[in-house]
Amino acid sequence: MSQSYNRGLIEDFGRWREFSAGMWAWIFHKFTGWVLVGYLFTHIAVLSTSIPASAGETVVYEGTQVDVYTGTIVALESLLVVRILEVGLLAVAVFHILNGLRLLFVDLGIGLESQDKSFYASLILTGAITVASVPTFIAGAF
Amino acid sequence: MAEHYSSFTKGGRLWLWQRITAAFLVVVLAFHFFLLHFVYHADEVTFALSQARMETLTYYSLMILFLFTATFHGVNGVYNALVNQGLTGTKRQAVKWTLVAASVVLLVQGVRTANAWAGFTTFF
Repeated sequence: MSQSYNRGLIEDFGRWREFSAGMWAWIFHKFTGWVLVGYLFTHIAVLSTSIPASAGETVVYEGTQVDVYTGTIVALESLLVVRILEVGLLAVAVFHILNGLRLLFVDLGIGLESQDKSFYASLILTGAITVASVPTFIAGAF
Repeated sequence: MAEHYSSFTKGGRLWLWQRITAAFLVVVLAFHFFLLHFVYHADEVTFALSQARMETLTYYSLMILFLFTATFHGVNGVYNALVNQGLTGTKRQAVKWTLVAASVVLLVQGVRTANAWAGFTTFF
């Protein structure tokens, strides 16, 4: 016989002090998902400069005439704040990927008993990959 | 008994597609980050380099598939999140069709962008 109990509104973020590891995983997955989908729209908007660039539109960047796509990307990448935001984006993407794998396995019935441990592993691995990637992401920004 | 609330539509298959696209995106998003930040570097981006990659039909096809799966996964994820927050009725319909419209705009613009590099038509 199936049993159910009133767990209250799981979407009630005011109960955050009562949240378990699985609940935090759910919240982080949702938050990183929102960031990634927001970035997807921004990403395509910026990359759209390839359309006028392919038609020969140019801009002057540091005294040199370059196509509008190259000029836009190089100018953005020269800003330290953009590089820092990219590190943040990497952290968000890595967590979403690792926790997403965790969710796919749990959906398949694998590792349900250790779902809290795999959440902590996702967090630690995200931190490690992000920290290890900082030199590559910041290179050339100074 | 707890009230039934779920983003799953009975008999629907969107939940399955959310997981199929997830499995694909796990690999392709990791590849995308690795290629464009570790193999190539952010400060070395040029139109010519992007063009050289996108002129390869395999890469172009992968990126188009990436665009479509990421758009579906992202927008369907947003919709599910809002439904979980209790979105119902007319508001739910309005949000649904707004998200569908936003997806169409994103897909059209994404394909135009890829086409600009690949040398295909950008339509308008």
